[in-house]
Amino acid sequence: MTDSKYFTTTKKGEIFELKAELNSDKKEKKKEAVKKVIASMTVGKDVSALFPDVVNCMQTDNLELKKLVYLYLMNYAKSQPDMAIMAVNTFVKDCEDPNPLIRALAVRTMGCIRVDKITEYLCEPLRKCLKDEDPYVRKTAAVCVAKLHDINAQLVEDQGFLDTLKDLISDSNPMVVANAVAALSEIAESHPNSNLLDLNPQSINKLLTALNECTEWGQIFILDCLANYTPRDDRESQSICERVTPRLSHANSAVVLSAVKVLMKFMEMLPKDLDYYGTLLKKLAPPLVTLLSAEPELQYVALRNINLIVQKRPEILKHEMKVFFVKYNDPIYVKLEKLDIMIRLASQANIAQVLAELKEYATEVDVDFVRKAVRAIGRCAIKVEQSAERCVSTLLDLIQTKVNYVVQEAIVVIKDIFRKYPNKYESVIATLCENLDSLDEPEARAAMIWIVGEYAERIDNADELLESFLEGFHDESTQVQLQLLTAIVKLFLKKPTETQELVQQVLSLATQDSDNPDLRDRGYIYWRLLSTDPVAAKEVVLAEKPLISEETDLIEPTLLEELICHIGTLASVYHKPPSAFVEGSRGVMHKRLPARTGSGEGTESPDVGNVAGGSAPEAAPSIIPSQGDLLGDLLNLDLAPPTTTGPPPPTSGMQMGGMDLLGGGLDSLLGGDIGGSPAMGAGFGAAPAVMPASLNAPVGGGLGDLFDLGGGVGMPMGAYIPPKTVWLPAMKAKGLEISGTFARRAGVIQMELVLTNKAMSVMTDFAIQFNRNSFGLAPAGPLQVLTPLGPNQTIEVSLPLSTVGPVMKMDPLNNLQVAVKNNIDVFYFSCQYPISMLFVEDGKMERQVFLATWKDIPNDNESQFQIQDCHLNSDAASNKLQGSNIFTIAKRTVEGQDMLYMAIKLSNGIWVLAELKMQAGNPNYTISLKCRAPEVSQCVFQCYEAVLKN
Amino acid sequence: MIGGLFIYNHKGEVLISRVYRDDIGRNAVDAFRVNVIHARQQVRSPVTNIARTSFFHVKRSNIWLAAVTKQNVNAAMVFEFLYKMCDVMASYFGKISEENIKNNFVLIYELLDEILDFGYPQNSETGALKTFITQQGIKGQFQTKEEQSQITSQVTGQIGWRREGIKYRRNELFLDVLESVNLLMSPQGQVLSAHVSGRVVMKSYLSGMPECKFGMNDKIVIDKAGKGGVTNEAGKSDLGGGGSTSGKQSIAIDDCTFNQCVRLSKFDSERSISFIPPDGDYELMRYRTTKDIILPFRVIPLVREVGRTKLEVKVVIKSNFKPSLLAQKIEVRIPTPLNTSGVQVICMKGKAKYKASENAIVWKIKRMAGMKESQISAEIELLPTNDKKKWARPPISMNFEVPFAPSGLKVRYLKVFESKLNYSDHDVVKWVRYIGRSGIYETRC
Repeated sequence: MTDSKYFTTTKKGEIFELKAELNSDKKEKKKEAVKKVIASMTVGKDVSALFPDVVNCMQTDNLELKKLVYLYLMNYAKSQPDMAIMAVNTFVKDCEDPNPLIRALAVRTMGCIRVDKITEYLCEPLRKCLKDEDPYVRKTAAVCVAKLHDINAQLVEDQGFLDTLKDLISDSNPMVVANAVAALSEIAESHPNSNLLDLNPQSINKLLTALNECTEWGQIFILDCLANYTPRDDRESQSICERVTPRLSHANSAVVLSAVKVLMKFMEMLPKDLDYYGTLLKKLAPPLVTLLSAEPELQYVALRNINLIVQKRPEILKHEMKVFFVKYNDPIYVKLEKLDIMIRLASQANIAQVLAELKEYATEVDVDFVRKAVRAIGRCAIKVEQSAERCVSTLLDLIQTKVNYVVQEAIVVIKDIFRKYPNKYESVIATLCENLDSLDEPEARAAMIWIVGEYAERIDNADELLESFLEGFHDESTQVQLQLLTAIVKLFLKKPTETQELVQQVLSLATQDSDNPDLRDRGYIYWRLLSTDPVAAKEVVLAEKPLISEETDLIEPTLLEELICHIGTLASVYHKPPSAFVEGSRGVMHKRLPARTGSGEGTESPDVGNVAGGSAPEAAPSIIPSQGDLLGDLLNLDLAPPTTTGPPPPTSGMQMGGMDLLGGGLDSLLGGDIGGSPAMGAGFGAAPAVMPASLNAPVGGGLGDLFDLGGGVGMPMGAYIPPKTVWLPAMKAKGLEISGTFARRAGVIQMELVLTNKAMSVMTDFAIQFNRNSFGLAPAGPLQVLTPLGPNQTIEVSLPLSTVGPVMKMDPLNNLQVAVKNNIDVFYFSCQYPISMLFVEDGKMERQVFLATWKDIPNDNESQFQIQDCHLNSDAASNKLQGSNIFTIAKRTVEGQDMLYMAIKLSNGIWVLAELKMQAGNPNYTISLKCRAPEVSQCVFQCYEAVLKN
Repeated sequence: MIGGLFIYNHKGEVLISRVYRDDIGRNAVDAFRVNVIHARQQVRSPVTNIARTSFFHVKRSNIWLAAVTKQNVNAAMVFEFLYKMCDVMASYFGKISEENIKNNFVLIYELLDEILDFGYPQNSETGALKTFITQQGIKGQFQTKEEQSQITSQVTGQIGWRREGIKYRRNELFLDVLESVNLLMSPQGQVLSAHVSGRVVMKSYLSGMPECKFGMNDKIVIDKAGKGGVTNEAGKSDLGGGGSTSGKQSIAIDDCTFNQCVRLSKFDSERSISFIPPDGDYELMRYRTTKDIILPFRVIPLVREVGRTKLEVKVVIKSNFKPSLLAQKIEVRIPTPLNTSGVQVICMKGKAKYKASENAIVWKIKRMAGMKESQISAEIELLPTNDKKKWARPPISMNFEVPFAPSGLKVRYLKVFESKLNYSDHDVVKWVRYIGRSGIYETRC
């Protein structure tokens, strides 16, 4: 008999035929029909129409048929709740069956049917089954409590099932104990504070006893549960460890890993001078190595975990380097993980072997693997000083292969080697420069530019090299642009005479032609520095850089601790806390390693505080700060993703001072120094002629009045609100989409944002910051996104704005550059606000004042615009405009032409006067605007157009 | 816990789909197909996260098994379970193929219902499962009450792997020591890494509930025994010997793992291996050694590039064990560049052939005695290419089988005690065999 035929029935009218067969008198035919139904269900066909017919087959002596019907029920009961009731009787009856297998089957299936009415009927049978004489039924009932809890938690509590479940922990049968533990652990996860498991020395003892007797799976449940327990003191901790260590010899890798988790956690509490502590450390290594002879998928899980263990306790595997050597036939995911661990274990003792291996890997086929291998060579150089020379020569050999991605990767790591060992390997620069043309990846280009800038004095044609990059400046990525700007400034400071044109060129490219705030800000800083105090500029730009630390891309210590508590689980595979990929309340609880306790009286070791603080016993290596707490440094961040090989070296000269510089100089740059040369050239003793006067040109004059700050709050009034537009597409922001608009409501400017999470992970920790802008717009409060934003969730937020923030003229004037941060990254975008947002409510003016002002403003400042296709009469227009705080002061009619005289006051106190001419029958209006700051005219005109046409 | 389990064929069509948890929807089935089975690039990880749902997969021939979850499950357990699932299926209906799965889908659903409950793995020992999950579904009805409770107590009990009341006329034991020796050697003949991973596989046909004790020349046990002045039990053994070439008294075992029948706490405290064996075939233990390994073969490669279009390769293999023993199924695989146009081979012994489809010269020798050497030389013609990238030179790999344990492991004794039945250790017929095979046995060139 072959069952595969059931998969092939695809003819029409199938459902109808099946119905007939299901109602057949012949048992065999019935069974055949149910099999067909299940086969259809498997391949995704909807066979729910057969529900009553299938349920009718439930009352049968044939166990196989019964199981099939149950399977069908589990799938479709939810969609047919009323009919599912038909099955209840059979279930209840089966729960009384003399055969324990049938009792268990009934209670197991009933728990899977998520229909309220059935759940009600489940309680009594479940209660009986929990106390059944047969352990098979009890172990099934224990899991059923967890099922029921998932459907209706309240019911489980009300019916007292939790207490019965707790009693089962003392059951005589080990499998019942294991399932009860599993069920309780799961229920406890959704009640973090319930103390449901109530772990105490007595119950722990019971669990440890059951551990020796139950199935491999049961052992896993128990060990995972034990890992949540915190022993009272080091003695208890040791005695649990002693009883758990035999599990390290289990054939099941999951049992081994769960045992490792318990030991890693409880070890925290043992005094380090204890003999047992050393024994335990020794015992951990062999089983971890053995995991590497398991199937590749398990090897992968093991390697991800070993990666954590090695970071937490490097001493465990320090002698086991060889087992992590990559085999030719390893799957790529195993290879990459092994490589990572090799670097972590690299030390002076084994570096020769490691390097030989890495060199071998760099000739392999898989591009990702080769890149990682090359990068690893660089990391070895940084980590083990004695090997640096050999690493560099190995890298040079690799560069000679001319394989494009190898060369690029090698250049990136050589840059880091330069950072670690300055003035040691510069002889290789010539070789690097030969490969300049083949670099097409931003990271490699940036690295090369950094090298050229840093060692400009030793490279004869540094100016030519950098100039060649300048041609396509705007096509480069930001990373390269920033690097190039810095490199050229360095070059200029080192060789001022030949390079002034170059530096002018790059400064104007960065400040005038770029709309990237970081680039522009950095450009201005350099400009300002160079023009005011070249000596200071030299000190800042050419400052000695701090050496980069040797251990990089370590997992941040608190996260590492949490992940150690999750050894063996998905969290340890992803290297992310469960809250990052689990929905709802489950797993959100953060786990922590226990603190070390002294063994009673005064034997506390001196490092207690250190350990209790959670850091590794060995002085924790310094870590690149995670992005989470960087809001303050928002503008200081490079746009590029954080490099994994150390802090971004090129900017390091400025890193500490960056924020300060940004905060300081700009205002005076805009205000005071306009056209002034006194500061310039002063103190420029070294090269007085090199600073051309044009350096200050782009700042432009006449902005003074624009930046007269003035507050303005007015009366409520409905203003024009433009429709929402997408400001930040999800593609550019790792799944975060931002659209929005601006509104002025009741005198308050509001930025109305719609945040949509199009990524797969939850987003949290939102914050917003603006770059300085023309009118000093700044958030008046934090971004109110209080709940985490789940995937495909959207949230609307209204952010009140103030106009008292720092000011800088933007182009266009109403441009606003915004940085939004979340738990994933920082994103930048720019948007334009309608200037009408800034029109204040007290913008009315006396007629005489209007007339006088109109005359007072020079005619040069007047600009004329046409508004086309507008069909409003003068009164309607006037009303409409008034809604947006554009006030009509007077109206004149001359030869059928209406002239409206209007006044606007901006939030910073600037007045704009307007004359609107409209002729009956002509849909085209003419508008003349007069203002002391004529820059705003264009924006004001745009508002007119927007308001009148909407 | 596991939220659902799917089985697909190579095209991505679902053969089996069982959902255990409410948070897994039908779309999960499609998500895996689209993102993994039909994905363009090679699979980069056995764990995939798609829209906050995690998929674990393993592949057997062209069948995909995928476990799905939305929780922070024990990942190692999920993979162990998937392997176990494969074992269980294989022991019920043989090879895991599309045909077999379709033919047995009812059985598979029944098994999935039994061995996973709400996503928690339950007893998955085939011995126990076969007592009550049979393809004759009616059996349950004819069982007596005693039989039923015997089944349930076995499934849930402490000795879930063995049922009571087994009887054999002739009590017999077969013990195989199967080792695979792994080597990675540099072109200069330096051992980069070498280890033996071994398994002790048993077949036992014993009556009743026998208590067994297994002993081998484990260094720790021997040293302890030596110190304590206890007489060496090996003398009494009827199993010693085997075919090992070395005169080593004891071996250092790096690590070992045991079948769940072995009392781990006893091993931990006394380092003795005692157990009540499952009936029939099972793997008693696995172990790993890295010290003093006998490398049965040494490969000496010589590769010379003659200009841009020619390679000369010479490979010598030397056998390194007692001349009285014979290695079998020897195969040496010499990789050739992708742009090979022709190959001429001369070998002293066996047959050698260039296999273009595998980019390798395959040299096969049926048998070779110990302490001998043999040689192959080949001229490889290359097509000129302008590919800048160098040939990666994959290592030369080797396969073979030898009748001894390269780790030096010896079985000292395997004692059987069954107090309730009237047979003693001496009545049990015991067979021991040692087989050493090549694992990944590579020499870089």
